[in-house]
Amino acid sequence: MPGTQAAKTQGVLWSWLTTVDHKRIGILYGSSAFIFFLIGGIEAIIMRLQLARPDNTLVSAQTFNELFTMHGTTMIFLAVMPFSASFFNYMLPLLIGARDVAFPRLNALSYWIFLSGALFINASWLFGVAPDGGWFGYANLSSTQFSPTHSIDFWMLGLQILGISSMLAGFNFIVTIINMRAPGMTLMRMPLFVWMSFVTQFLLVLAFPAITVALILLMFDRFFGTLFYAPSAGGDPLLWQHLFWIFGHPEVYILILPAMGIVSEVLPTFARKPLFGAPFVIFSGIMIGFFGFGVWSHHMFSVGMGPVADSAFSIATMLIAVPTGVKILNWIGTLWGGSIRFRSPLLFSLGFIAMFTMGGLSGIMHASPPVDLQQTDTYFVVAHFHYVLFGGSIFGLFSGIYYWWPKINGRLLDERLGKWHFWLMLIGFNMTFFPQHFLGLIGMPRRIYTYAPDLGWHFWNMVSTIGSLIIALSFVVFIVNVVKTMRSGTPAGPDPWDGRTLEWSIPSPPPVYNFAIEPTVHDRDEFWLQKNGDGHGGKPASRPRAATPQDIAAIHMPAPSYWPLVLALAVAVMVSGLLVSTYQIIVGGLLTLFCMYRFAMEHHRPAAGHEY
Amino acid sequence: MADHTATHAIHDPNIGTTGLDHRKMGMWIFLGSDCMFFGSLIGTYLAYKGKSLSGPGPHDVFNIPLTSYSAALLLASSLFMVLALTRLNEDRIKAAAFWLFATAAFGLHFVLNQVYEFTTFALDEGLTLSTSLFGSSFFVLTGFHGAHVTGGVLWLSILMVLALRGKLDRRDYTKVEIAGLYWHFVDIVWIAIFTIVYLIP
Repeated sequence: MPGTQAAKTQGVLWSWLTTVDHKRIGILYGSSAFIFFLIGGIEAIIMRLQLARPDNTLVSAQTFNELFTMHGTTMIFLAVMPFSASFFNYMLPLLIGARDVAFPRLNALSYWIFLSGALFINASWLFGVAPDGGWFGYANLSSTQFSPTHSIDFWMLGLQILGISSMLAGFNFIVTIINMRAPGMTLMRMPLFVWMSFVTQFLLVLAFPAITVALILLMFDRFFGTLFYAPSAGGDPLLWQHLFWIFGHPEVYILILPAMGIVSEVLPTFARKPLFGAPFVIFSGIMIGFFGFGVWSHHMFSVGMGPVADSAFSIATMLIAVPTGVKILNWIGTLWGGSIRFRSPLLFSLGFIAMFTMGGLSGIMHASPPVDLQQTDTYFVVAHFHYVLFGGSIFGLFSGIYYWWPKINGRLLDERLGKWHFWLMLIGFNMTFFPQHFLGLIGMPRRIYTYAPDLGWHFWNMVSTIGSLIIALSFVVFIVNVVKTMRSGTPAGPDPWDGRTLEWSIPSPPPVYNFAIEPTVHDRDEFWLQKNGDGHGGKPASRPRAATPQDIAAIHMPAPSYWPLVLALAVAVMVSGLLVSTYQIIVGGLLTLFCMYRFAMEHHRPAAGHEY
Repeated sequence: MADHTATHAIHDPNIGTTGLDHRKMGMWIFLGSDCMFFGSLIGTYLAYKGKSLSGPGPHDVFNIPLTSYSAALLLASSLFMVLALTRLNEDRIKAAAFWLFATAAFGLHFVLNQVYEFTTFALDEGLTLSTSLFGSSFFVLTGFHGAHVTGGVLWLSILMVLALRGKLDRRDYTKVEIAGLYWHFVDIVWIAIFTIVYLIP
């Protein structure tokens, strides 16, 4: 009997390693992202403990550098982006009425490459050379002269691997959204989360090449003696800043747009009203995407680009606040007059709106170069971007987690614990980051590992540290909630929130093929229309007929494949070879080519019986 | 026959609800992304143009006749690519394989010219990756283009071998077409690089 048990476990493990099911890949993304989110959070807590009182000696200056570098890198690339990716994976096909993504195996490949890149960066801790150059890795601190160890190598190669993953996912989701929509789902009938994800994917595929090039130049500088960032040869370290921020600013919208999409789904559901001015919200998202490419130099006002460039980027930055303001107005308009149910997903969305607005306001402040010169590199900026990335992205993503958890797991999260989580997180978040505005304005610089007692910074630093511990407590509550409700939570049923979009029309968790009968779409809120009509006396839209066993037997789902996993491993072998030996690069490179060939040829001819 | 093609369209997992092919659309999006990649590299080259502190300059080393010949090779290979696709569509597999071979061979010739060019720059002119900003930005930009061509040559060679072994026919039109899209793109990028780097003084 133990033998069969082991075989069964092995079978389950193998089925996850070779899965090409978008829902399983979504779960893999989500759980990996949560683990890295906890790691990044622990790094933050250690930094806050170090800064709790003046002249503290909990960690050294070097460790502190490593902590803030890895905290930023982890939270952006290993937590928020894959959290968003888990929603893209799980929800996009459900929201557009599809059975899978356009390229299921490529999807699995994205995940395995992401995981190998994430493990690669974090492996630096084991070798005692964690990256210490900041998440922005400014040249020429990153040169071999100033960073002689492998710390920057781990960071730069790891980001390169993660970039491959993000771009592959971007190609996949753009094609999925354009090409896999159910009949009748015109672009303007796409749910808002689909729209915001769509814009995000374009940002991903167009912004990542810039950082790819920046990292390639850095790699050549460090390994092959080129002079791109070497001032001694006339090289300009500002080249890095430009290339990095041409990526880096769209990246900010890559982090926030999916959360905006989630909020735009949650608010109509819990206000029981369609999204107010949905086309405005959609076009604002598109406008944010376009403007996102034209504001990068506002990260560089202090480098002295001259008044013309400063003015242009300042105006563009203030303009981008307009579509963002439009969205906030529309969200509030959605709540106005709605029959609101204050369930935990809605609370997190409301938290998002309030916190993100505050972060947006401080953002407009340093859109002005003279103001920015006062604030740059102080804790004011730290406060600002945590209000948009934590107060924005994380609140939005957790709104999505509470909203879609019952769809994914078939059980509801506990409402009381959810509310505890929300209020602890909201209070802890504001205690941590609001005082940092004050600290920045009285002159506390970023990235310092300690400070003298007579500077008057200790009170707000202590408040901030206590706040960060409250945030940590809120996530303990979340984990308790997950563990508690995983087995004994209230069964959700297909439609626990009286939802509006297609994912609520199918069982929770959805069957492997999602939709037994392909839905036909008449409206953005299709499922609501099926249940209630248009609210103006129109008849409810027709529901898909009940599926027969023959319908289900006729569904072909893509077969599992181990090539995505093997190919991702080969890429990891090749890239890590740069730190080991040339032979490993060559072996890894040949292995990668071989795996790509096998990957491409796997379904060159459909298997017998599947001839189409 | 008409019935057969109709069921074809419904069940082909590569065709989406818009009637467009996933793979072809994916390739176009990849090419858009690759535009940004080469755009960043060309931007870097232009930003550093004339900023080198030492070493030979562009027009001390360039062999314009040789590079023009290379450019002609790539342009001609794009024509061969079109012919390969046409022959495949006519189900003339041997002819398609021949034109795939010609495309890959001209591409390979281009790469070998580049190897020769790089070698003479390094040995005769004393220009390497670490000589000057010009050396760094020139070799990295043109080198990454060369790597793209090399990848294309491999891809086309595999398609040719498949064709010769009877594993490629009309049904694989889209597969060859997207290889062609990639190939033409690499060709167009070369026109940009040739003009910006080699021809403009």
